[in-house]
Amino acid sequence: MKTAVSVEVVVLLAGLLFALGIVGVIIRKNIIFMLLSVEIMLNASGLAFVAAGSRWGQPDGQVMFVFILAMAAAEVSIGLALILQIYHQHKSLDIDNLKEMNG
Amino acid sequence: MDKYLWLIPALPLGGFLILALAGRQLSRPMVAIVGAGSICLSALVTFAVGSAFLAGMPANPVYTQTLWTWFEVGGFSAKITLTLDVLSLVFVFVITFIGALIHIYSTAFMEEDRDYARFFASMNLFVFSMLVLVLADNLLLMYLGWEGVGLCSYLLIGFWYEQSANGNAARKAFTVTRIGDAAMAIGLFMVFQQAGTLVISDIGANASAIWQVNGTIVTVTALLLLAGGLGKSAQLPLQTWLPDAMAGPSPVSALIHAATMVTAGVYLVARMHAIFALSETARLVIAVIGAATLLLAGLTALTQYDIKRVLAYSTISQIGYMFLALGVGAWTAAIFHFMIHAFFKALLFLAAGAIIESLHHEHNMFKMGGLKDKMPVVFWTFLAGAVSLAAVPLVSAGFYSKDQILWYSWSANGGGPLLWAVALSGALITAAYTTRMMILTFWGDSYTPVGHLPGKRMTMPLVVLAVFSIFAGFIELPHNFGHLTLFSDLLHPVLPETIMRDNVPSEWLFQLLAALATLGGIFLGYHYYYQQPARVESLRHNALLASLHRFWFSGWGFDALYDKMLVKPFIFISKINKSDITDKLYTGIAAATDEMYKLLARTQSGSLRWYIMGLVVGAILILGIQIML
Repeated sequence: MKTAVSVEVVVLLAGLLFALGIVGVIIRKNIIFMLLSVEIMLNASGLAFVAAGSRWGQPDGQVMFVFILAMAAAEVSIGLALILQIYHQHKSLDIDNLKEMNG
Repeated sequence: MDKYLWLIPALPLGGFLILALAGRQLSRPMVAIVGAGSICLSALVTFAVGSAFLAGMPANPVYTQTLWTWFEVGGFSAKITLTLDVLSLVFVFVITFIGALIHIYSTAFMEEDRDYARFFASMNLFVFSMLVLVLADNLLLMYLGWEGVGLCSYLLIGFWYEQSANGNAARKAFTVTRIGDAAMAIGLFMVFQQAGTLVISDIGANASAIWQVNGTIVTVTALLLLAGGLGKSAQLPLQTWLPDAMAGPSPVSALIHAATMVTAGVYLVARMHAIFALSETARLVIAVIGAATLLLAGLTALTQYDIKRVLAYSTISQIGYMFLALGVGAWTAAIFHFMIHAFFKALLFLAAGAIIESLHHEHNMFKMGGLKDKMPVVFWTFLAGAVSLAAVPLVSAGFYSKDQILWYSWSANGGGPLLWAVALSGALITAAYTTRMMILTFWGDSYTPVGHLPGKRMTMPLVVLAVFSIFAGFIELPHNFGHLTLFSDLLHPVLPETIMRDNVPSEWLFQLLAALATLGGIFLGYHYYYQQPARVESLRHNALLASLHRFWFSGWGFDALYDKMLVKPFIFISKINKSDITDKLYTGIAAATDEMYKLLARTQSGSLRWYIMGLVVGAILILGIQIML
């Protein structure tokens, strides 16, 4: 099957997604949105793996993506659990209210 | 008999160990028996060993006894070896015999003292160290004894440590002699480097092969060794400690600061004569220092009030005579004067101690007076010592020893008219201050009531020493009358003959002048302090003489000079360094770490977004660096 898009475009898209994720993590105050942004960053890197795997004709890229998916699932479950706990204790999801661990 | 040589130092060491370990448990009579008994036994062994040694004399001039090996490093082995020859025999005799008399005197003198055992322990340790010093066959063992006597001198000067002045005097003595000792240690290193051995007899036998005559190296070595001797013997410029050392008890002054330890410098120079014989410069330095010291200390003695300080300056002056004799090459004359001086100066100190104790610790001669009839035994014995110190012609031992030095200071190879003139004026001054001391103490009105008189244990040593101060001189009579050379003949296997100059005037002339100087000095003292005491007062009103008196009284301003030159700068530096400049580096590192920790701790804000910012910025930086490179 002939690909319509070149690998450079896909990697660029992945970079863009990654940057979006970072910006999201930095500027959002809500912890749930920060978690979402982290997910976007994970998927961006997964996309880059898949693109690179198809470019070199290797299955490793897709294998890595499966790993990332598994890890993301674990991460989200732990993350959501933490968020629930935070909400229970602070009655808020604002990250700026959680500065009690300052040095 | 010779094989018992080791007992001579071992007995005082045993006495020291018993007193130091069990002194508190022993009763006072027991302490006295152990303390004085050990030295008396040592003196008896000395007589036995000495007479056996002298009997086998011409055949066996040296007896060596190796006890054990101290340590061995590389090719160098230091042995504990005792050597007896006539030079060390003379010193051992003086140390044990006079030491025994002084210990007997001390049993009564220190009777009331709280630290009776500590006193005798220190005294016994001193005698042991001094015996090691003079019996050592190598310079290392000699240095052990040398430091040992320095330590004991420190302990005994500061014996009455409750008064801080005494402690300061002890520290001063220790510090000043340490300057000389440091120089001497360097001298010993140089000797070892050049000769490859520290055994004295080996150095003496090979000296001319090791060093070239009048070479720089041998001169430097000799001068460094001399510096050690100058410190111990309180000669210029290290003489300032001895007058202050009078803070110790009188028996200590008699034993350590008159008879034995302060003459260790004389012993060192005589023992190492092989090195000094190779350097004309060093011998000239010795002679000049001796001459300068005897004049300076004599003039200072003339102005003192404290009877013990007069005697201290007089000791410095008399040791100056010995150094002068060593410098001009009159080796045996120096040792002869050492022996005679030990007798009469120990006597004078002991008698002065008896006077001071009877007068309730009054040291000022101007407050004594009139003791002639009140303390007859002390008066007559003190007179014998004073006659010997002033070198009254014919009847005193001091005359025979000092006249010899005066004669050699002109006629010996290293001598000259200038040295002789200084020595002669020194003789005049000696007679003058001795007369002044006698008159102020024993004649005139009594100013202080006399307490209890000294007992038999104190007067007996005085009488014995007085007999020696008068009659010991007859074993060596001048060449022109009597010509008895028992003492110098005895010493000649060890010490070289004095080389004379050509065309010297008749010895009679010198003896006449020396006698005149002594009598003139006595007359001066008699005139100013007995006949016309008012004239001393009128002299005091002369501004020039008064300032001269102050200058001499202060010991020629040496203390003030050293205070300005050394003590003040030292205190200044230590004041700057009060907060430890060297520590600044380490406290600085600690403080910087602390500051940086506080700075970085502030980045630990707890704000999650800042941490992420940090992560991102770090990642960008690392990536950027990666791409750039």
